[in-house]
Amino acid sequence: MEKFSIYAPRLINPEENIAPGHRACIGCGEVLAVRYALKAMGPNVIAANATGCMEIISSCLPTTSWKIPWIHVLFENASAVISGVEAARKALTRKGKVPPGRVYCLAMGGDGATSDIGLQSLSGALERGHDFTYICFDNEAYMNTGVQRSSSTPYGASTTTAPPGKVSIGQWSQKKNMAAIAAAHNIPYVATACSSYPFDLMAKVKKAAEVKGPAYVHVLSVCPTGWRHGTDTTIQMGRLAVESGVFPLYEVENGKYKLTFDFPKLRPVKPYLKLQGRFRHLKDEEIEKIQKQVDKEWLKLKSLVAMSMEKKPVAVPAAIESKGQGAGSKGQKAKSKAKKAKPARRPGKKPKKVSRRGKK
Amino acid sequence: MADGPLTWKNFIGGFVVDKPGNAAEYQTGGWRSQKPVWDNTKCIKCGVCYIYCPEPCIRQTAEGYFESDLFYCKGCGICARECWTNAIKMVQEEEV
Amino acid sequence: MSHRTGLEVSHAAAEAVKLAHVDVVAAYPITPNTHVPERIAEMVANGELDAEFIPVESEHSAMSACVGSSATGARTFTATSGQGLELMHEVLTVASSMRLPIVLSLANRALSSPLSVWGDHSDVMAIRDCGWIQVFAENGQQTFDLLLWAFRVGEDPRVSFPVIVNFDGFHVTHVIEPVFIADQEEVDRYLPPFKPNAVLDPRRPVTMGAYGPPFIYSETKKAQDFALHKSKEVMLQGFAEFEKIFGRKYNFVETYKAEGAKVLLMVIGSFAETAMDLVDKLREKGEAVGLVRIRLWRPFPQEELRQAVRGAETLIVLDRAMCFGTLAPVVSEIKAALYPEEKRPKIVSFVGGLGGRDIRLEEFEYMVRRGSELAQKGQEEIYETIGIR
Repeated sequence: MEKFSIYAPRLINPEENIAPGHRACIGCGEVLAVRYALKAMGPNVIAANATGCMEIISSCLPTTSWKIPWIHVLFENASAVISGVEAARKALTRKGKVPPGRVYCLAMGGDGATSDIGLQSLSGALERGHDFTYICFDNEAYMNTGVQRSSSTPYGASTTTAPPGKVSIGQWSQKKNMAAIAAAHNIPYVATACSSYPFDLMAKVKKAAEVKGPAYVHVLSVCPTGWRHGTDTTIQMGRLAVESGVFPLYEVENGKYKLTFDFPKLRPVKPYLKLQGRFRHLKDEEIEKIQKQVDKEWLKLKSLVAMSMEKKPVAVPAAIESKGQGAGSKGQKAKSKAKKAKPARRPGKKPKKVSRRGKK
Repeated sequence: MADGPLTWKNFIGGFVVDKPGNAAEYQTGGWRSQKPVWDNTKCIKCGVCYIYCPEPCIRQTAEGYFESDLFYCKGCGICARECWTNAIKMVQEEEV
Repeated sequence: MSHRTGLEVSHAAAEAVKLAHVDVVAAYPITPNTHVPERIAEMVANGELDAEFIPVESEHSAMSACVGSSATGARTFTATSGQGLELMHEVLTVASSMRLPIVLSLANRALSSPLSVWGDHSDVMAIRDCGWIQVFAENGQQTFDLLLWAFRVGEDPRVSFPVIVNFDGFHVTHVIEPVFIADQEEVDRYLPPFKPNAVLDPRRPVTMGAYGPPFIYSETKKAQDFALHKSKEVMLQGFAEFEKIFGRKYNFVETYKAEGAKVLLMVIGSFAETAMDLVDKLREKGEAVGLVRIRLWRPFPQEELRQAVRGAETLIVLDRAMCFGTLAPVVSEIKAALYPEEKRPKIVSFVGGLGGRDIRLEEFEYMVRRGSELAQKGQEEIYETIGIR
């Protein structure tokens, strides 16, 4: 359980930037996560929203639930839209057409918009280094269109396009690790969060917003409609996901992994799965398989964390020389590389040889 | 978007919604079958109910207790489930 | 004062964009449009143009970034061709419905398959009903001029629509031509700063791109169509002001030696230049042949076209695209436009210049002869593909 002071609610930003009257399902964890994210961002933000649950529940003409500047364009392009917003703000600020100062740029989408149809535009925007925060509100299927599978649906879950049957267990593939994909872009900040941990979520979104350059936050957003559990157990379900290691909370800051909650012992996955209709068909041996996979992923994450905590700097390997050719230009290259690499090299290794070769 | 009755002429300049948060006119309370009822003798005014409300429609009263705006409350029951002191009960709409 | 200089038309287009003080350009490489964004990227890199250049990862993202940029209040430009436009297709309808005055230079290119990087009008014809203002330039000067006009008209708060300036791939884009490049003072006089009706700005939050349930969707569409038709008034003002400052005259439909013509050729795009040569030749011989060029393609100038062809006996329409399974795009518009006319010319349809195939003077002459013959025989329902083997 997240440890917050009993009176912490008094400390949070009272501003609500998504108004009540939205059409989210009863007990929606996703709109709750959006609410927290907007509290963390404050009013000084421009948001681009992909098509999906959060768009459709909030923007029925002629009304809007949003109190911040907000744009919805299409399903797969929120990251490209926010790239345009960010570039426009940059140009207009430089030219004195808008008041100086930073405005946070926020793009958001569901798991389909992020890990399936919008993956390309997200990757492009992360790679180009736009100053924006992307939040994926992951409810683990295409809930808005009626619970179809996405690449973010976990193994074994029942969805309308991957239903369990005589010869299928439902979702046959493992959940795509979007946070790892985002981290592979070498962006300054990546984090996972969950709608059941409001203070952690808000702190991470705040950090993501403040970091210069692209930041990515992957939020497990509990969905009673699609996961088929009681509307009152939304918070409990998120806690079970986190405490069982099904959805670990962590940050990747400048490439360094840090666990948000490190549990000496994980809860078993079974109670988490058993409370949800989408996993009801799973037999014990399948649950065991899921347990093994969760354990494996947890260990993998722990080792990334351990590597990040390593005090000893990892040495940069010496430049490898090209062999057996007398090409002057290549020799020159080796020489300059060797010089540059020198300070990073571990003492004791012999850089001399490289220099000598370079002199040829 | 121009003001006035919703005819096509309102949209000649486009359909930008320039009244932030005006979806609050929409009543979602009608979806509800149960509603939360607070027992303020048990309430410690911590505000967990307020934090976890997805609408959000739980607000603090002048005395520091909490109440749900039933115009919006969809009756999910998260507040009752998460209340640390069991001060909130979900009751059937008809019962009250 | 303007100066006349010889340069590649794509570079002339980039000059227009630079003189317009564009704020944001998002573009993806595709032949034959690439030289436009390349030149702009160079200008930005050299500090000649104070703008943000976004080298996006696809045309879909190019148009999406343009939507974001324009919605934030920045003067926004992109350029594409053929398949690139088709990949943008989904976003094009959004840009026009959301009334974002993005300017797009479209180097017209054929559509796959088979792959063809060369010019025809299949790309623009496939998106003709996306709600953008669409004009055709026939040469470098017109490309330069119409781009400036596009910013002015599109961004006018009475219009607020995106604009496509078509110029033929390779036949225009890659040609080095003498072009009058306007000077900055003239352009600034012609093109006021972009002041949109609503922008994404935390100081005044708005929601853009809300969805329309059945009770309201029709109203938004009717309003959009009305506004697009109505924008013609502002377009004409844009032309009139252009003539005043730069001395060059444009119109929705332009004619060449059409007075008293019995046979009229109708062309859209750069082939008009060859057609003019033919008209000169035939007029010299004393034949009553003239030319009608369609400048404005959307909103379609129905009334102006009726007036332009009044009195002609035969109208020969050349399309550079096919509409598979029905009439070619331009001729079908013309037939619809002329239907209410009590006395209308016989209309003969030709398709040609597909995938970069040239149409030479002789072929234009063939069109006039063959078209007149078919019209006389009353066989104008037949269409022919020029130069087909």
